[in-house]
Amino acid sequence: MENSVLTVDTFSAFFGDHQVLKDVNLSVPKNVVAALMGPSGCGKTTLIRCVNRMHELLPDTKVAGKMFLNEKDIYTMEPIVLRRKVGMVFQKPNPFPTMSIYDNVIAGYKLNGIRHSREDFNNIVEQSLRSAALWDEVKDFLHRKGTFLSGGQQQRLCIARALAMNPEILLLDEPTSALDPKSTSQIEELFVELKKNVTMLLVTHNIGQAARVSDFTAFIYIGELIEYGPTEKMFTVPKDKRTEEYLTGKFG
Amino acid sequence: MKDHVRARLIKNYIFKGLVMLFAFISLLPLLLILYYITKNGISVINWDFLTQLPRPIGEAGGGVFNAIMGTIMLIVLSCVFSIPFGIAAGIYLAENREGKLSNIVRLCVVVLQGTPSIVIGIIAYAWIVAPLRTFSALSGGIALSIMMLPVIIKTTEETLKLIPYHLKEASLALGVPYYKTILKVVLPSGLNGILTGILLSVARITGETAPLLFTAFGNQFMNWNIFKPIDSLPYRIFYYAMSPYPEWHTFAWGASFILVVLTLAFNLIARGVSIKWKIQF
Repeated sequence: MENSVLTVDTFSAFFGDHQVLKDVNLSVPKNVVAALMGPSGCGKTTLIRCVNRMHELLPDTKVAGKMFLNEKDIYTMEPIVLRRKVGMVFQKPNPFPTMSIYDNVIAGYKLNGIRHSREDFNNIVEQSLRSAALWDEVKDFLHRKGTFLSGGQQQRLCIARALAMNPEILLLDEPTSALDPKSTSQIEELFVELKKNVTMLLVTHNIGQAARVSDFTAFIYIGELIEYGPTEKMFTVPKDKRTEEYLTGKFG
Repeated sequence: MKDHVRARLIKNYIFKGLVMLFAFISLLPLLLILYYITKNGISVINWDFLTQLPRPIGEAGGGVFNAIMGTIMLIVLSCVFSIPFGIAAGIYLAENREGKLSNIVRLCVVVLQGTPSIVIGIIAYAWIVAPLRTFSALSGGIALSIMMLPVIIKTTEETLKLIPYHLKEASLALGVPYYKTILKVVLPSGLNGILTGILLSVARITGETAPLLFTAFGNQFMNWNIFKPIDSLPYRIFYYAMSPYPEWHTFAWGASFILVVLTLAFNLIARGVSIKWKIQF
């Protein structure tokens, strides 16, 4: 488990009496894309939300087991501190409608009251937008509202907003499910580029996407982690019968 | 066969015509009020009327400067009291859609909205005028703010409920504390709706007379002290209209004209705000 950015250790999650995740073990090394796939309702989104403790916004949740972010116990940290270290991109692009593109990128700093000089902010904005492959498209109207962009651009803006905080891990919750095929492939290319600097945990119910962008893949089925390993291996010689059936489209 | 179709078409026309006619008839009272008030009131409106104080009985001329200023002061006072409470309560209701307290508050808001304004006047009298032993602008402002509260609470709640949940999530996922998420992300996104609500409630209380009768009371002179009685446009209209002097009757029309223009202006600004500042999600 050394050198792993995220370590999940016999982790379970409950909504009320309903157990959503059962003793999940997982470790994500640095600078890779790890994909979580599985049929709808299998618990993959819950798992990703447990990493930045967003599941706690729902009533009546509890967890058992441990999770570590760079060897620090996630569940002993303050959620506010934790979430600044963990970036998240959601299903639906959600730029802040009251803010300009510029302010959206540095929203993490602005809203948290973290001050920087004008120059530093300019650099952060440019770098984040470049990393998100959006700079060339928006550099001439940074002070227009972010909601005027297309869906794919908005999603890249949200990625830039998450990157601006220099996250230790980036959580991607089905980030392309609301986008058209062209924007989807742009964003998939972006992930491959991004992994030079960032570790990513990607939830997807698109098997093809997991195959295209991820280095490691986890297959989750009814709250259980069935199989986890290098993507290539899993897609060619799956160990578990259920994984094979899922990959060949027998269910899910 | 053809006749049959024709009969139906004719019925259609009759129906459309009737609906339009009734729509027009319901518009008539407002048009007539505007016409009548403009016709009678506009002739007295001039610089002196707007900037001079009322003269004593028997002296010609004078204006309603104190009433205009009084109404503006009352609006400011009632906004100061009602906006913080109203928005905070609206946030609470939008954030806690179920629960005992939310349901009680919602019920109270509905009851408060239906409470006759004269009753609110009496309450303000008992709470503020009686203990302080004087009629005052303050008591009038509080009476009016109680009238504004339900509108502000309701519009704030409804506006915030329409803000997509994923915006809140986006902010929380950046590590922004809950209170800052509400104040800096959710509230600004709903600003146009909340402002519209405030303006509509201001438009509603601008013309209120009953709660002012035993709170702000009325005042012949200009007064800037909020602990002293103060004049207001509705009260001045009432006072002039009840007098036996024809000149004062025309003054009442003039003051009515100003009041209607003010109310209309608030309504129009509210409309403008809700359209112009609309935020796209």
